[in-house]
Amino acid sequence: MSIERKNTAVLKKDKSTNELLLEVKNLKTYYPLKGGILRRTIAVVKAVDDVSFEIRKGETLGLVGESGCGKSTTGRTILRLLEPTDGQIIFDGQDITNVRGTSLRKMRQDFQMVFQDPYASLNPMMMVGHLVSEPIRNYNNKSEKELKQDVLDLLSKVGLPEDAYYKYPHEFSGGQRQRIGIARALALRPKLIIADEPVSALDVSVQSQVLNLLKELQDEFDLTFLFIAHDLSVVKHMSDRIGVMYLGGLVEVAEKDNIYAEPLHPYTQALISAIPEPDPRKKKERIILEGDVPSPIDPPKGCTFHPRCAHAIHECQSVKPILKEVKPGHRVACHLYK
Amino acid sequence: MSAKSHIHKDAPLLEVKNLETAFSIDGTYYNAVDNVSFRVKPRQIVGIVGESGCGKSVMSLSVMQLLPKGIGEIRNGEILFDGVHLENMTDSEINRIRGKEIAMIFQEPMTSLNPVFSIGFQLQEVFFNHMKISKKEAKLKSIALLKSVGISRPEKIVDEYPHQLSGGMRQRVMIAIAIACQPKLLIADEPTTALDVTVQAQILELLKEIQEVNDMSVILITHDLGVVAEMCDEVIVMYAGKIAERTDVDSLFHNPKHPYTQLLMGAIPKMDEEVETLSTIKGIVPSLKNMTKTGCKFAARCPKAMPECVTVTPQLAESEEGHEVACLLYETSRPNTEVNA
Repeated sequence: MSIERKNTAVLKKDKSTNELLLEVKNLKTYYPLKGGILRRTIAVVKAVDDVSFEIRKGETLGLVGESGCGKSTTGRTILRLLEPTDGQIIFDGQDITNVRGTSLRKMRQDFQMVFQDPYASLNPMMMVGHLVSEPIRNYNNKSEKELKQDVLDLLSKVGLPEDAYYKYPHEFSGGQRQRIGIARALALRPKLIIADEPVSALDVSVQSQVLNLLKELQDEFDLTFLFIAHDLSVVKHMSDRIGVMYLGGLVEVAEKDNIYAEPLHPYTQALISAIPEPDPRKKKERIILEGDVPSPIDPPKGCTFHPRCAHAIHECQSVKPILKEVKPGHRVACHLYK
Repeated sequence: MSAKSHIHKDAPLLEVKNLETAFSIDGTYYNAVDNVSFRVKPRQIVGIVGESGCGKSVMSLSVMQLLPKGIGEIRNGEILFDGVHLENMTDSEINRIRGKEIAMIFQEPMTSLNPVFSIGFQLQEVFFNHMKISKKEAKLKSIALLKSVGISRPEKIVDEYPHQLSGGMRQRVMIAIAIACQPKLLIADEPTTALDVTVQAQILELLKEIQEVNDMSVILITHDLGVVAEMCDEVIVMYAGKIAERTDVDSLFHNPKHPYTQLLMGAIPKMDEEVETLSTIKGIVPSLKNMTKTGCKFAARCPKAMPECVTVTPQLAESEEGHEVACLLYETSRPNTEVNA
C-alpha cells in the first residue's frame, strides 16, 4: 500500500503548477470592540493586519502560529465567512472580495472547510447520510437514489463503512467524525479546502490516519489546501510551503525545508527551537521567549515582535517591516534582512 | 518539610504494586487501571505516556486518592509513599499528605483555579492548611513563591484574579501552589497541553529548574513524546489500563520493543525527517466496556499479533536490564528475570 502511495506522491509534485488558485492581497480583518452604554466602538482588534500570500494549484500552504495570531481568522475571511475590512481575495482569477448573494453562494462550491472540533461541527440530530448529502442537496437537484450513491462513494473514499450511513455522529470516535467532516467538505468536489486545525483534537495514532487520508485525497481529487495548525511538525509534514503568523501579520513565508533549515525571522527561530524533539539524544539550543503574545487590541508599534525579540534594533520600535523576498521564494518581514 | 524518612536513600519514594482501579458503569465494575506496578525513585522524573483513555490520569488520581466517590474505587493493590500505605487512608489522614508531601498540577489552568478568589488567597490557603503561620507571613511567602516561578511584579499579581492572567501565567500560579510546601512528589497531569509551544518551552524549563532546586520527584503525564524526550529519566508507556513498556528514556526512543510503542513513534511527524506516509495504528483504543478480559489488549490492533496473543495475557517482565515490556514476542528471548530483580 505504501508503495502505491509513494508513486502518486511523485506524480503530485508534477501536478502543482505555477498557476495561482488563490491570491490574497493586503488582507485586513478587524473586529470592532463595543463598549459603554451606547455600545459604541471603543477599539478594534486587528485580528488580521495586512496579510498577503498566494497558493498555487495543487499546492498545500501551511499557516502556523500560536493562538490568537489570526490564522483561523485568515482562513475564515478567505471563505468569506467573515467580512474583510480591507484588501483583496482573488480566487481562480476572480476577485471575490465583494461578491455577494447568489453569486457568492455559487462560488462557495469551490472552497470548503474542515473544522477543528469534530464534536461541535456535526449536527448531533442528523444521520451521517444526511450530513454528508446536505451540501449536495444545497447545490444540485439529484434524486434520492443518486444522492445515496454519492454519499456511499464519499464514505468509502474517506474510509468509513457503508453502515455509517444510518448512524448518528455520537456513535463515532473523534477520528471517524473528522472523516465525516472531510466527506462533507469533499461532497461538492471543491478546488480549495481550508483545513483549520483538523487534527489537533485527535490522538497521535488517529492523527496520523487523518493526515494520511488528507494527502491521499489531495492526490486523487487535485485538491489545493490551506492547512492551518499550531503544530509545526504536522504543518511541515503536510505542506509544500509554510507561512508563519504572529499577532495578525505574516512574518515569514518559504518552502517548508527552508523554513526548518534556515528560519530567518527571530520569531520563526524561537518557534522552531521551542518544539520538543522526540529524541532524547538531541539536545538543542533553545531560545526561550520572554513573556506572552501581546494583545491584538493594542499591538506594539513598529514590528509587533520587537518587545520579545533578542535581536531588536532601534528601527524595530518605530517602523513596521514589510514582507519582502530576501532569497528566491523566501520572504520575511524583518529589519535585519535588507 | 517532614524529614521523617522511613527508609534508606535508594528506596523508592513511591511504589505502586498491582494497582487495580475500577469504575462502575451500570452497576458493573470495569478496570480502568489493571494490575499496574511501578516505582518512582527520589529526584526522578518519570513520564507516563499513552493516548486518551489508556488510564494515565486515573492512575494519578488513584495515587492522590481523588477518585470520584461511589463511581471509581481502588479494588486491589498497594500504594506506598515513603513507606506509608495511602490506599486505605481516611480523608483527614490523606489531607495531611496531599498538598504537602504530594502535590498535583492539572491540565487546564483556567478551570483548576477558583475564579472568585484572588491569586494570593488561593496560594495562602495551602500555607494555612499545612503550617502554623500568620497572615502577614503567608502573604510575604506567597509573593516570594510567585517570584520563584518567574512571575514579574508578584506584589500586584497576588491581589489579582485568575481571569486577569494569561494561560502561561495561570499555569505558573498552579505550579506555585503545588510547590508551596515543597512536596517530595509532584504529579503533573498534561501540564502544558493547553499552552502554546513557546509558552510550553517556558513552563517545561521552569518545572525542570524547580525539580532540581527542590530535589523533587516528578510524575509527568503526557501524550506528547517530544515532551517526554525532553524531560524524563524513565518512561512508562500505557495502553488500555496496562503498562506496555517501561524503560529509561534513551532506550525507549532508540530501542522501543512493544509494537504499540514502535507504532506510536512512527505516527508522529518529525521536523527533521521527510516521510510521505506516517505509520498508523488501525482502529482506536477500546472503551472500558469493550476491553477484552484475557489476552493482550493491543492484539486487535497489532500488526505482529500471533494466535496466542488473544488467549495468553502477557506479563510485564524484563527483556533487557532495566527494560520491561509486556509482549509475547519477547517472552521466549527473555533471560531469567529473577537474576536482575
